[in-house]
Amino acid sequence: MGTFRAFRHMVKDSLDYITHGSKTYHIWMIFLTVIMLIGMYCYSIQLDEGLSVTGMTDRVSWGLYISNFTFLVGVAAAAVMLVMPTYVLKDIDFKQAVLIGEGLAVAALVMCLAFVVADMGGPSVLWHMIPGIGVFNFPNSMLAWDVIVLNGYLFINITIPLYILFRHYQGKEAQSKIYIPGSIISVLWAVAIHLVTAFLYQGLQARPFWNNALLGPRFLASAFAAGPALIILVLAAIRKFSEFKIEDKTISKIAMIVTVAAQINLIMLISELFKEFYAPTHHSESAYYLFFGLEGKSALLPWIWTSIPLNILATVLLTFHKLRNNFKVLYFCCFILFVAIWIEKGFGLIVPGFIPGPYGKIAEYTPTWIEIWVTLGIWAMGAFVFTMLAKTSIGIELGKLRYKKKKVLESETA
Amino acid sequence: MGDKKKWFQLDLGLNKKQVVAGSCGCGKTSGGCGSHAPEPPKNEHTISAEEFDTAVEQELMEETMVGQTRKDGFQQVFDVKMDRRTAFRKLTASLLVGAGAVHTSCSVTAGEEAKEKAQIDWEEQFKGNYKLMTQEEKQATVDRLVRSYQLRKKENIKMSATDASKDVLFGYAFNISKCQGYMDCVSACVEENNQDRNSQMQYIRIHEMKDGEGFKFNEADDNYYHEVPAEGHFYMGTQCFHCDNPPCVNVCPVQATWREEDGLVVVDYDWCIGCRYCMAACPYDGRRFNWSKPEVPEDEINKNQHYLGNRLRKKGVMEKCTFCVQRSRAGKDPACVEACPTGARIFGNLLDPDSTIRWVLENKQVFRLKEDLGTEPKFWYFMD
Repeated sequence: MGTFRAFRHMVKDSLDYITHGSKTYHIWMIFLTVIMLIGMYCYSIQLDEGLSVTGMTDRVSWGLYISNFTFLVGVAAAAVMLVMPTYVLKDIDFKQAVLIGEGLAVAALVMCLAFVVADMGGPSVLWHMIPGIGVFNFPNSMLAWDVIVLNGYLFINITIPLYILFRHYQGKEAQSKIYIPGSIISVLWAVAIHLVTAFLYQGLQARPFWNNALLGPRFLASAFAAGPALIILVLAAIRKFSEFKIEDKTISKIAMIVTVAAQINLIMLISELFKEFYAPTHHSESAYYLFFGLEGKSALLPWIWTSIPLNILATVLLTFHKLRNNFKVLYFCCFILFVAIWIEKGFGLIVPGFIPGPYGKIAEYTPTWIEIWVTLGIWAMGAFVFTMLAKTSIGIELGKLRYKKKKVLESETA
Repeated sequence: MGDKKKWFQLDLGLNKKQVVAGSCGCGKTSGGCGSHAPEPPKNEHTISAEEFDTAVEQELMEETMVGQTRKDGFQQVFDVKMDRRTAFRKLTASLLVGAGAVHTSCSVTAGEEAKEKAQIDWEEQFKGNYKLMTQEEKQATVDRLVRSYQLRKKENIKMSATDASKDVLFGYAFNISKCQGYMDCVSACVEENNQDRNSQMQYIRIHEMKDGEGFKFNEADDNYYHEVPAEGHFYMGTQCFHCDNPPCVNVCPVQATWREEDGLVVVDYDWCIGCRYCMAACPYDGRRFNWSKPEVPEDEINKNQHYLGNRLRKKGVMEKCTFCVQRSRAGKDPACVEACPTGARIFGNLLDPDSTIRWVLENKQVFRLKEDLGTEPKFWYFMD
């Protein structure tokens, strides 16, 4: 019974805590709320008129939503790169970072699910997908697998930090024999969510651009570059805006992960480009469209030719220890790497899969403003969720939120 | 047919439900061959929709009266054993009813018709997957849809739920030498299948190709508006090929699309969630999506419908060619075959040795598109 009361207090205290803060904090949250509201308004138009308000057509039937979904699965999976050293290998450096990483995973997964729902033609019948009530095409459909692994991963990433924070909130140490098994599962699970998402595309014999054995491994490499890169940026922001101490050592170590993953990703990119362009077949046309355009249609050229140089530049800069250890350069590299991979694994991957179409028809795709605002709204929602989670966990970790302790809210203005 | 698959397919025993109950070695689907015992009534421990409704109705009546001596509402409804799906359906339905529909159903001012409409609406919203329905459930949903149309439009439609017959496997052949690109098939298809007129949805695409250059689909024009036959060109039609190993069926997360016993690949429009994964998986551009609410002028609606075929669709669901299931299962040719002025299109039962389609397959050099993908289309091309 005492546990329940403590839990109730924690929820209440956290709600108190996240509704109080500095002016910057409030402005940030209001800004996110406004974007979310615009997004919701645009989504209501989409609900009303149907998906025809997006740029998608029968020729290119997945667009911005699914692109962002694919990318964010990678971001979610990347939290594991911090979990493993901290809990499993007992590398103490990461302990502060890992709660942030898992919070980021939760936010990314919430965004993933929101993007999938936004892409559905019939959100009101989504219960058809709930196992037991609906009819689940398991194990044949990769999308069914994806629903399971994503929700499972979300569950793991909510429960582990919740347990640790709840113990700390009560002023107790978290018991490692309870959370270590969970952490080990989450490590394997993170790889699974990303591989399964890759298989979603890889398993389609109809789309030669995706139907390639390197897709899965490349998803992992780019995820483990973009995800931790985002974590570095977030940690930098947290260092700046709160009293939470994050050591330089922690950031340097994550930077190492980013570097290795970015290098592997680049090697795979070269391998892919070699295969497509050294001996081009009929199946290389999508790649031709992506990199050079086909029959004068070249909507993706500015994007991919932004992505590739940024990707190479970031990887090269990160490779040199001197540059990487300069935090200004590091943050810059992380930012451009994040953008590069967002393009490359977002619509640099999804849209060319549909172009040319099954019979060689080249119909291009341009997202509409409604689609763009819904997308921005969902990103704002992710940032909103993350800010709340991070603020609470920082509060608990700093000891500002404690069970049966005098409220310190008044003194907390940072 | 199902057992002779040449391709690998995972089956962990989760798809048991798909097995059509009652088919037995004697080849009959209904009992009477003596090799199986009479089936016990299925609804022994479950509550049927009608029973539930009467229970609710009674309850509503009683609330207005003073007869409180009997069981109260919750007990009366929930003391009945039901299976999980029924339970969920009823629970959610009740919530919905509370939100809006109940307003009409209980209101004294609302007419009988409004009540009935609300009733039909929520039963339709929470019905199951057509593929797994019993024959009675199939009939019930068809009846509801017909009645709903009657209530809304004051007109009658005919909707069938005819199942696949035994010893039928539909196949299609297309004569490239005969097709002149008139596109009569396309317009006949649109009219027959009630496709959305606003977006000009078409199941069939006719590709105009240059003579002497072979099949160059990427250089072909599938959207021409000039006089045909154009000099130096030949024509080739594509549509859903009703593959024997359809990639679209495997990827659907909710089994809203499947291959029927007679080879037709169909969609349950009411079960589809609109994820468009099947569209990405189809190598033949055979599927279409309703990006907005499909509209057909009232006087152009084909009122002879089939649940799996040309009944009116809603926005946000997939649809596709069904070889005109409403016609083919009634023994007629699909609309495209009937409309073709040149006789380029041949349709028939592959299991009937005397059918034209069999003659074509046995006597002509036939080929199929993208055979290397292992999809086994039931749509062949040939030349004279």
